[in-house]
Amino acid sequence: MPERRSAWAEAQERLRAAATTEPGRLRIIGAVLAVLVVTFGACTAWQMSDRSAAADDVLHRSQPLSADAAEIYRSLADANTAAASGFLAGGQEPAEVRERYRDDIAMASRKLAEAATNTRGSTGSQSSIAQITKLNALLPTYAERVETARTYNRQGLPLGGAYLRSANALMQQEMLPAAKRLYDAERERLDADYDDARSYPWAAIAVGVLALAVLVWAQRRNYQRTNRVFNHGLVTATAAATVVLLWLVAGHSVAYGSLNESYDQGVKSLNALNSARISTLQARSSENLTLVARGSVTVPDGPNAGKDAYDIDYQQRMRELGDFTDGQVRGSLDAARELADDETGSARVSEAVDAVKEWQKRHKAARAADTEGNYDLALDRVIGEDNPTGESFDQVDEALRKALAHEKADFQQAAEDGRGAMTGLPVGAASLALLGATGAVLGIGRRLSEYR
Amino acid sequence: MTRNRTPGAASAAGLFSRLRGWGGVAAMAVGCVLAVLFVLLPVRSGGPADGSVGRGGPGIADATHTKAEKCEEPERSLRPSADDGETVKDIKTRKDKPNKLIVGVDLNSFLWGFRNPSTGKLEGFDIDLVRAIAQDIMGDPDDVIFRAVPTNQRVPAIQSGQVDMIVRAMTITCDRAKDVAFSTAYFRTGQQLLVPDGSKITGYDGSLQGKKLCSASGSTALTELKKESHGADISTTVPNQLDCLVRLQLGEVDAVVTDSALAAGQAAQDPTVSLKGETFTEEYYGVAMHKEATDLVRRVNQVLEDYRKNGWQTSYKKWLADDLKDIDGPPPAKYVTD
Repeated sequence: MPERRSAWAEAQERLRAAATTEPGRLRIIGAVLAVLVVTFGACTAWQMSDRSAAADDVLHRSQPLSADAAEIYRSLADANTAAASGFLAGGQEPAEVRERYRDDIAMASRKLAEAATNTRGSTGSQSSIAQITKLNALLPTYAERVETARTYNRQGLPLGGAYLRSANALMQQEMLPAAKRLYDAERERLDADYDDARSYPWAAIAVGVLALAVLVWAQRRNYQRTNRVFNHGLVTATAAATVVLLWLVAGHSVAYGSLNESYDQGVKSLNALNSARISTLQARSSENLTLVARGSVTVPDGPNAGKDAYDIDYQQRMRELGDFTDGQVRGSLDAARELADDETGSARVSEAVDAVKEWQKRHKAARAADTEGNYDLALDRVIGEDNPTGESFDQVDEALRKALAHEKADFQQAAEDGRGAMTGLPVGAASLALLGATGAVLGIGRRLSEYR
Repeated sequence: MTRNRTPGAASAAGLFSRLRGWGGVAAMAVGCVLAVLFVLLPVRSGGPADGSVGRGGPGIADATHTKAEKCEEPERSLRPSADDGETVKDIKTRKDKPNKLIVGVDLNSFLWGFRNPSTGKLEGFDIDLVRAIAQDIMGDPDDVIFRAVPTNQRVPAIQSGQVDMIVRAMTITCDRAKDVAFSTAYFRTGQQLLVPDGSKITGYDGSLQGKKLCSASGSTALTELKKESHGADISTTVPNQLDCLVRLQLGEVDAVVTDSALAAGQAAQDPTVSLKGETFTEEYYGVAMHKEATDLVRRVNQVLEDYRKNGWQTSYKKWLADDLKDIDGPPPAKYVTD
């Protein structure tokens, strides 16, 4: 210990001694300048590669993951809808409905496997993994109940309906909530990546301003002592630092703008559209189940006590979509319309809104037939030929699917622009900083040589 | 006599309710006279305010029956009559609704009232009875509009006039008899256990100790189980009794408790389960109608008189005999004295 203290003391002494002579001072100034410029470059490279990586994550990790989660959510809800539609058709289950159900189940299980691989090892994904595990366990149980329902239904036994209702309960009460939690977790992760990508590189800017200030001061000092206006080395260093600083501020601002655009016009729209799609799927399931249950399940208590439980659920899902009155955002489809930022996007959402309105009108007609006891007519108005609600539902689903594809392209374009604005910044900043540091050292060295 | 509740009848009944035996009969006679007098006074229970169907004129002959207040045998109904009463005429001529018999039924109760998905037609024991009633009243077994009425909407559907009658495995109870009028009983049933083959459960007894039972929420089965569960776990309740069979098949419960008629419907859908033990309650199914449609009640009772002799057995053999054995025939009609 005493030895080290003496070494430290010795260094201090030498520094103090150096500061008393001009060459000594120049050496100190040169060292400080070099360190400052290099630090600025390093800081810029580090902060911008972080942001660039976050923007990359937005594009290639969290957005695809949240899209996958949305797809799991959607395919499960869609499977449930297809199962109920097929069940209603009984023995004459159309091949495309059967296929749709099968595709949905296959899609859900594939996406679940992918999600399990992708979320493993990343931080904060404990909840996601728990949801994936739960869904993986429930999916075969669900499919089994649907098959049992189908078998009994083909034999003409009401027990089939009971099985379908139990499959539906499993889906609505356990699986869809788990899928929603997974989707929400992925959305949160996407938001976090956005925040990382958009956060301002304050440290780099501060160091940059400081480096420039010291460079200016050094040159002014130089001018006062030698009356020489330019020191080439120091000018080079100043120019390099200025370019880096301007690049940094401009590049980040552009990236920030594009990322904001991709979030506001892409992600928000995608969220609203995904919610709307799930609500329409659930509304359709409940509409079908109203005819499957045939009044055998009613709301046990509350203001709707005694009413058909599935019809009440249908109304609830429709309310989630909104009421489409002007300027009021009450539901996800209202929100999607508000967020649609270009003509194509608005047109798709308007198509969906119109189809939903038509659906609601047809639904009323179907319910009227059912409450009058004309079950066959009601069936015809839901899955049959008499202006069936199924037609409207298909239109809504198709419009929403197209709207989602459109908004996804919008998102991708803007996010790629944002990431593009940061391309080259880390490497460029590092190279320029090295150049600047070299300039500073050489410039000071030139002055020093005058003392030899 | 109808079971119209007038304030006068209520107080008269209250006064004599403690009397028993011959005294009670004498008191009843006095009560009837008093009730008739009260009916003649302009104090009457409010009829349905809307243009509902099935409103028979409450004539003097339809005096209040005091026994309704005590309700010892709710399955006692009005004496039969083959006449076309006011309600029947109204059904045939009304303008606001189809001139067909509107009947509330179940579409999901196997063997009783269910829609055969391959034919799209309604079938079952209840449906056969509806056809017989339509044949007699309307002259055509197909002059019927079937409406699917959920279990807990049966009474409101009648009170609001949405349906002319309910034929839907509906148990005649004192509670319900306050709100609707019942025909004579057309089927006798009772709560019973449904168990898988090979189960150690022997009936509603100690063998239920530690077993899991399933019942429909709000059902008679659940009420009875709450009174005496024999040590069974009765926490599993479902919206519809058929859901219990799903639970049973999935191995979530050991037995189902429901009435024997519905249990037969379940057993018919799964050959590996069957009814076990004796029924531990006694219940009767009746056709429910509007409280004031007394002429319709009498008419349906007349149809049932004939149906018991001709039709009932055929329908029973077709639908129920396989799963619901040891039934000799329809329960005998019981009438109130009027």
